Amino acid sequence: MRKQLCRIIIAGILFIITTIIDFGNEWLKLVLFVLSYVIVGWDIVRNALVNIVRGKVFDENFLMTVATIGAFLIGEYPEAVIVMLFYQIGELFQSYAVDKSRKSIASLMNIRPDYANLKKGDDLVKVDPDEVQVGDIIVIKAGEKIPLDGVVISGSSMVDTSALTGESLPREVSAGDEILSGCININGVITAKVTKEYEESTVSKILDLVENASSKKSQSERFITRFARYYTPIVVIIAAFLAIVPPLLIRDASFNDWIYRALSFLVVSCPCALVLSIPLSFFGGIGGASRKGILVKGSNYLEALAQTEIMVFDKTGTLTKGVFKVQEIQPEGISKEELLELAAHAESYSNHPISTSLKQAHGKEIDNSRISDVKEIPGHGVKATVDGKIVLAGNEKLMKKMDIAYYTGEMDGTVVHVAVDNEYAGYITIADEIKEDSPKAIKDLRSANIKQMVMLTGDSASVASKVAQELGLDRVYAELLPEGKVEKLEELFSYKSPKGKLAFVGDGINDAPVLARADIGIAMGGLGSDAAIEAADIVIMTDEPSKIATAMKISKKTLKIAYQNIIFAIGVKVAVLILSALGITSMWAAIFADVGVTIIAILNSFRALNVKNL
Amino acid sequence: MKKKFILEGIDCANCAAKMERAINKIDGVKKATVNFFTSRLIIEGEDEKMPTIIQEAEKIIKKIEPQVVMKKV
Repeated sequence: MRKQLCRIIIAGILFIITTIIDFGNEWLKLVLFVLSYVIVGWDIVRNALVNIVRGKVFDENFLMTVATIGAFLIGEYPEAVIVMLFYQIGELFQSYAVDKSRKSIASLMNIRPDYANLKKGDDLVKVDPDEVQVGDIIVIKAGEKIPLDGVVISGSSMVDTSALTGESLPREVSAGDEILSGCININGVITAKVTKEYEESTVSKILDLVENASSKKSQSERFITRFARYYTPIVVIIAAFLAIVPPLLIRDASFNDWIYRALSFLVVSCPCALVLSIPLSFFGGIGGASRKGILVKGSNYLEALAQTEIMVFDKTGTLTKGVFKVQEIQPEGISKEELLELAAHAESYSNHPISTSLKQAHGKEIDNSRISDVKEIPGHGVKATVDGKIVLAGNEKLMKKMDIAYYTGEMDGTVVHVAVDNEYAGYITIADEIKEDSPKAIKDLRSANIKQMVMLTGDSASVASKVAQELGLDRVYAELLPEGKVEKLEELFSYKSPKGKLAFVGDGINDAPVLARADIGIAMGGLGSDAAIEAADIVIMTDEPSKIATAMKISKKTLKIAYQNIIFAIGVKVAVLILSALGITSMWAAIFADVGVTIIAILNSFRALNVKNL
Repeated sequence: MKKKFILEGIDCANCAAKMERAINKIDGVKKATVNFFTSRLIIEGEDEKMPTIIQEAEKIIKKIEPQVVMKKV
């Protein structure tokens, strides 16, 4: 690249000297012009000749060669040199830009681990992560990348997950914790047992995804490659026509003048600006998103996201934490503590989430010797003897069945009624908590112009409508079985405009059919979940639904940049073509329409990579 | 079968598009993509035709950009 720059500078200086100083000798001037032309453009001419021999015409080299040599032939020496000079500057800039974007991609790819410290007996051997097998023991020292997914067996440390999640706060891990490849071990030494081969590890999956992302092209990209295919031949044909026909038909028209116009056409005929800058914008957008912990599987999904009208959410694990917690304890005749204690003991044999949350709220060891005669009544609850008393804990059906009068007023969440020796003792409500991030997510999405926000859930209608109300969702469909979710989604498609898109957000574990059916399937909390990465089009690595709004902003910004580039580049090119055909502008304008536009479009598409403030 | 290659030295986005178009037309290719930015070529094609597909693809690449070297990942 440096060599190229030297050639441009030398040729440029020579060109300026030749133009400024009056040698008084036209031949010397021509020789100097030719010399600077050769210095800057010999490789283009050579490539053009080689390509013609190979039977490939109409490439950029050929077009530039014809345009510049043509300019020499009609006596426009300075133009000939300047076109080549600027063309080379443009090329240099392009390769610089490509180099730079490749590097920023490489830094994204920097999560690729180079080696693993494999434990063999008492020795540590540095091996390729590829060679490590499931069950092997590896050691990760401070500052090293975690090479494969595994479970910590000893040691504790802080782990930087920012490369995967965009989350800057380090996470603490110790024995028993899962560690994911691609994270960086900050301080301690940890020994881990490998749980996945390299190919199956998180880091490989993510790298694969980013590398393949641009194979799914957006409509704008497809449009531009199709446009480029026809644009160059059409412009070249018009140029040929301009050079020959008008001088023959119009009286007083000179060949030189019309050839000059035709040559301007050739200079503008290169589609580089578009072909490079549009995919570059999308690539930047996808790269920028992944820095924020949002993996987009293709430019098409990034494009579609900006057109989303209906956003459908799963409830549990997506908008809510998916962890059940005791919300309210309403005793009758006994104390709160007693009620909770009895309920926790009665339910202690069950591994249902309700039982877990009761035990958690109780917070004390369950003394199994106090419990006897546990009998589960499916669909109703439990009957058990605790401290010699018969305790019933379950839903209202259980109370009805046992003929116990129970509280029937308003209650939120899942309710556990408790009766002791056939006497009503009160109720406990258990509910899932809304994520702290959810209200912000809904607000941000609303301001991102999502027309409808819908929640689908298998949970009860009362729980669902409470969550929906709290978050301000537009519609809610509760008590749905997995098949029911797909049916509802089908129904929702009819609410959107033909061009609008419908996105579904789920946790990716049991939502695979719905994720697949939606225009855009978004999986949350994808970090470490293969199912999510497989099934979704967009994976949010963290648990925050507000990242969806961030992704939409990135999508909109990327599209805006892409459209700006399309309109700007095509607009300038067409304008200059028309002006050149009419003979109003000089070849200088044509140079700008080629090189200037390319540079501006590329600089513009670089903006897509910058997502810091989104 | 899916095969991945690195196209070393590819430096023209339009050429990448041309390569992609031409490789997709080779007999037995289901889908081929050329990613200009990561310099990757991914060919998805019928197993038994893969050797000829790779040969053909290499010819196409050499014709469009002679300096490009096609390497296995």
